[in-house]
Amino acid sequence: MKKTHIFVLLVIAAAVSVIISTMSGASSYVTFAEARQQAAAGNPNKVHVVGTLPRDASKQPLGLEYDARRDPNYFAFTLVDTLNVAQRVVYHNPAPPDLDKSEQVVIVGAMKDNVFVADQILTKCPSKYVEKDLGKNAPPPATAMRN
Amino acid sequence: MNLFIGNFGQASVIVAFVAAAVAAYGYFQAARGRALGEADGSWLRLARGAFFVHGAAVLMVVGALFNIIHAHRYEYYYAWSHSSNHLPVHFMISCFWEGQEGSFLLWIFWHVLIGLGIMKFNRQWEAPVLAVFAAVQAFLVSMILGVVVGGTKIGSSPFILLRDFLTDLPVWKTQPDFVPKDGNGLNALLQNYWMVIHPPTLFLGFALTLVPFAFAIAGLWKKELTSWVKPALPWTSFGGAVLGIGIMMGAYWAYETLNFGGYWNWDPVENAIFVPWLVLIAALHGMVLWQRRRTGLRTAFVLVVSTFVLILYATFLTRSGVLGAASVHSFTDLGLSGQLLIYLGFFTVLAVGLLVKRWKSIPISEKELDAYSPEMWVFVGATVLCLAAFQVLFTTSIPVYKAFLGFFGIKANMALPADQISFYTRIQLWSGVLIAFLSGIAQVMWWQRNNKESVINAFAPSIMLALLGTALGVLLLRYFGHPITVPYAILLAAGLFGVLANFGTLFGLWQRGTTISGGAVAHIGVALMLLGMLGSAGYSDNISRNVTGRLISQQMTEEENRDNVLLLRNETIPMHGYDVTYTGQYLDVPGVPGYVNTQLLYRTDDEYKAVARGDIKRDDKVYFKTGDTLEIRPENTYYRVNYEDKKNGESFTLYPRAQINEEMGGILASPALQRYLGHDIYSHITSVPDPRKEQPWSPSIPHELAVGDTIFLNDYFAVFRAIEQAHSVPGVKLQQGDIALQADMIISGEKGRQYHAHPIFVLRDRQVGSVPDEVEDLGLRLTLNQIDPVKGKFTFGVSTTAKDYIVLKATAKPFINLLWGGTLLMGLGLCLSIRQRRTAKAAPVAKPATGRAGAQRPQAVA
Repeated sequence: MKKTHIFVLLVIAAAVSVIISTMSGASSYVTFAEARQQAAAGNPNKVHVVGTLPRDASKQPLGLEYDARRDPNYFAFTLVDTLNVAQRVVYHNPAPPDLDKSEQVVIVGAMKDNVFVADQILTKCPSKYVEKDLGKNAPPPATAMRN
Repeated sequence: MNLFIGNFGQASVIVAFVAAAVAAYGYFQAARGRALGEADGSWLRLARGAFFVHGAAVLMVVGALFNIIHAHRYEYYYAWSHSSNHLPVHFMISCFWEGQEGSFLLWIFWHVLIGLGIMKFNRQWEAPVLAVFAAVQAFLVSMILGVVVGGTKIGSSPFILLRDFLTDLPVWKTQPDFVPKDGNGLNALLQNYWMVIHPPTLFLGFALTLVPFAFAIAGLWKKELTSWVKPALPWTSFGGAVLGIGIMMGAYWAYETLNFGGYWNWDPVENAIFVPWLVLIAALHGMVLWQRRRTGLRTAFVLVVSTFVLILYATFLTRSGVLGAASVHSFTDLGLSGQLLIYLGFFTVLAVGLLVKRWKSIPISEKELDAYSPEMWVFVGATVLCLAAFQVLFTTSIPVYKAFLGFFGIKANMALPADQISFYTRIQLWSGVLIAFLSGIAQVMWWQRNNKESVINAFAPSIMLALLGTALGVLLLRYFGHPITVPYAILLAAGLFGVLANFGTLFGLWQRGTTISGGAVAHIGVALMLLGMLGSAGYSDNISRNVTGRLISQQMTEEENRDNVLLLRNETIPMHGYDVTYTGQYLDVPGVPGYVNTQLLYRTDDEYKAVARGDIKRDDKVYFKTGDTLEIRPENTYYRVNYEDKKNGESFTLYPRAQINEEMGGILASPALQRYLGHDIYSHITSVPDPRKEQPWSPSIPHELAVGDTIFLNDYFAVFRAIEQAHSVPGVKLQQGDIALQADMIISGEKGRQYHAHPIFVLRDRQVGSVPDEVEDLGLRLTLNQIDPVKGKFTFGVSTTAKDYIVLKATAKPFINLLWGGTLLMGLGLCLSIRQRRTAKAAPVAKPATGRAGAQRPQAVA
C-alpha cells in the first residue's frame, strides 16, 4: 500500500469520526413529556423544546416571574409545548427582553426535579426583521388598524 | 412622491442583467474553440462593451438606491424599512446593505471592480475568466430583478414602493399617494461604525473567491491546466487576507455591540463564512505548492472549486430562510430559495463536470513525499484546515437536513448542539493545535535542506523554548489559582511553538539578507490568534459574581449560574476585587463631550429635544445654559458604572448602554469595555426596570411647609430654601399675565451629594397648574400643590418610587489583544506574500522541479 493510500484512509477515518461526534453531540427537538421521560431515565443530555407562552385575553403573557431586586439570576415562566402540555421553566439569568413579544419560544436545557432548567432561550419575534405595519409613523386615520 | 428615481433604478437593474448576460455569451463565444490569449476580436469587443455597460448600470443602481435612502424617500419600502430621519449620514451607508437586496448589490459592485482589474492585469485570460464573471453577475443581478415572468417572481427589487409591498394597509384606499413622515430606522445594533466597514470588507472577500474559481474554470476549459495558478495566486492571497480580516471585523463588532459576551458564537451565519475561508486558505496552500514545488495541483483544483461552491452554499444558508430560528442574524426570507438553489446548482455542476472531464490530464508530481519534505507538512496542514471546515459545515447544516427531510414528508427532530461553544471547541481546539504546530514545522523546513540532523538542529531551540514557556505558564496559572487542563496546556505549547518557529525562520532569512517571508509573518499572526483565543475564551473570568451574600437566592443549588449582579443606584457593591457603583442614566448630546446625566435634562414631547435643567459644562466650558433647548440622541441610554480596584485604588468608569426598542421587544444592551494591554474588562447590562412600564409611584402625601422648614423625604434630609419666580417652565409656554413660581428644595442624598428640586406652580386666568419635579437618584417626586399667601404656607405633594437599578454582567478577557493583533499580522503577512511574488516574477525563475537540491533559493512563499 502506498503512503498516499494510508493518508487517504486516515483522512476518511477522521471525517467519519467527525460525523459520528456530530451525530452524538447533536441535540433534538422533543416535547415536555419526552423531556421528563428522558430525565427520569437518567439521561442528562440537553434538549430543545418548542412552545408558546400562555396569554390572557389582552395578549399579555401569564406567569412570568422576575424580580431583579429579589434575585437578578432567577426568571421563571410557563411554556406550553406543541402537545399543549404546560411546564414551569426556570432560567438562571435575567429575563430575555423580547420574550413577551415572541410568537414562538425555543428553550434548550433539561428537566431537573419538577422544573425545566433552561440554559438558553431562543425567541422568534413576529416583527424581528420584516416590518408588517407602519408603527408609529402610521397616518392618523390608520392608527386604529395596527395589526 | 418621486417615482422617477425608482423607475430609473429598476430600469438600470434590467440593463445590468441583460448586459451581464450578453457579456457572458460574448466572452464565451470569444474564447470558444480558441487557444488562450487568441480570443475572437469582434466577440471580445462586444463582450467587453457589454461588461462596461453592465458596470455603468450597476453604478446607476447603487446611486439610485443611495439617493432613495439619503433623500428619505419613504414611498419606497427599502428606505422606509431601513432608514429614518434622524439617522446620521455614515449610518445611511449601513442602511444600504442592511437589506438583502443592498448586500447583493454590494457584492455585484465588487465583482465589477475586480472584473475590470482582471481586464487590466490579466489581459491574456480576459475572455474565459470574464465569461465566468459575467455569468455569475447575471445570476446575482437576477436576485434583485423583481420581475414577474410567467407567474413566477424573479428576484426581489430594492425599488419596490411601500404601497406595493404592504398592499393590505387600509390607508391606500383613502390616500393612494400617502408617504410616511419617517422611516422605521436602522436596526439599532447595526448603528456602529464597524457595521459601516465590516460588510464591504466581507463582501470584497466573497467577491475575491470568484477570481481563483474563474481562473480554475478557465484553465480547465482552455486546457491550460497549470498556467492558471500563477495569475490567480496574488488574488487568492489578497482574498484570504480580506475575508479573514472581514470575518474578524464581524467578530470585533459582535464583541463590542452584541451582548452574548464574546466575539464568536458559532452561530450558523458566522460558520457559513468561516468554512469557505478555511478552505480558501487550504486552497492557497495547494496553489503555492504547485507554483513553487510543482506538486499538489489536483488538490489546488479541488479546493479552489470547493471554496467557491461553499461561498454559494453559505449564500443559500443565510439568505434562503432555511436557518430560520437557528440563527439570530440570518436575513429574512425573500422567497429566493429556488433561485439561490439554481445558482448553487449551476456552478457546482459546471465546475465538478469540467473537473471530472479533465481529471486524468491534470499533472501529478512523480516525487514521493516523506517526512523530510516540507511539501508533505504543508499538505497535512491543508488537510487539517479542510477537516476543521468539514466539522463546522457538517454541524451547521443540521437545519438543512431537517428541511430536506421535511421536503419529503419525513419529520426529523434533530437540533443543533445544545451547547455549541463546548461542542465545537472539543474538536476545533485540536485543529488549532495541529495548525499552530504544522505551520511552524512546514515553514522552517521549507527554507532549508532537510535531513535528520538539520531538522533536529532547526527545531530544538523553538521546542525547548515553547516547552519552557508552557511550564512557566502552567506554574503562573496555578499560582494565581486558575485551572489548567491538558488540552489547554497543549494548545499553549503549540501556539508558542508556532510563534517561535516562524519567528526563527524570519530571523534566519533576515540574517541571510534575503527576504521577509510573508508566510512566516502570517503564521505568527495565526499562532498569536490561537493564543489570544485560548486566553480570552479559555480564561474568561466572570467578575460579576455576587459576593455580598446579601441576596436570598431562590435556588441555592445553582451556584454556577449566578453570573449577574444587582446594582441599586448609588449603592456600592463589592464584586471580585472591585467596588462597583451604578450612578445614573446618561444620554448622548451632540456637541457635548462624554455623556450628559438625564437628571440635567427635561425631556419634551419631541423625543429628540430636551431642555437643560442646569448648566451643562465640562471643566470650565459651559456648553448649554439652564433653560436652553438642546438636541439629544434618545436611542441609547448609557448607564454610568464606576469601578474601583480594591487593591490599588485605581478607578475607571464604564458606560454600558441599552437601547429601548419596541420592535425588538424592550431593551437591547451593548457592552462597555475597559481596555488594558493584557486584558479587557467587559461589562453589559442584562436587565433594567422595564422601560415600557412606568414605575409605580406611591400616592402623593401632602406636607405643609414654610420657607426655611426642614423635612425628611424618603429618608433624605431636605430644606425648603426659597420660593422664587420661574422664568421658564419646561413644556409650557408662559404668556403675558401668567404667574409662575418655583420652590427651591435642597435634598441631601448619599455621600453628601446635594440635589435641587424645583416643583413649579403656575397660575393662568385663575386656573392653577403645577409641574412636578423628580430627583431620579433618590426616587422622589415633588409637586407644589397649593400656596397660601396669607399664612405663608406651601403645600407639597411627595411621592416616592422604588430605587432605580441595573443588573450587570462583567467578565475579564485576558490576552484578547493577541487575537486582534494576530489578525492584523496575518493580513499583513498575506499581503506581503503578494508583493514578494510580484518581485519574484522579475527575478529569473529557478527551475522548481529540480527537487530539494535548490531549496535554499531565496523564494517567497506563503
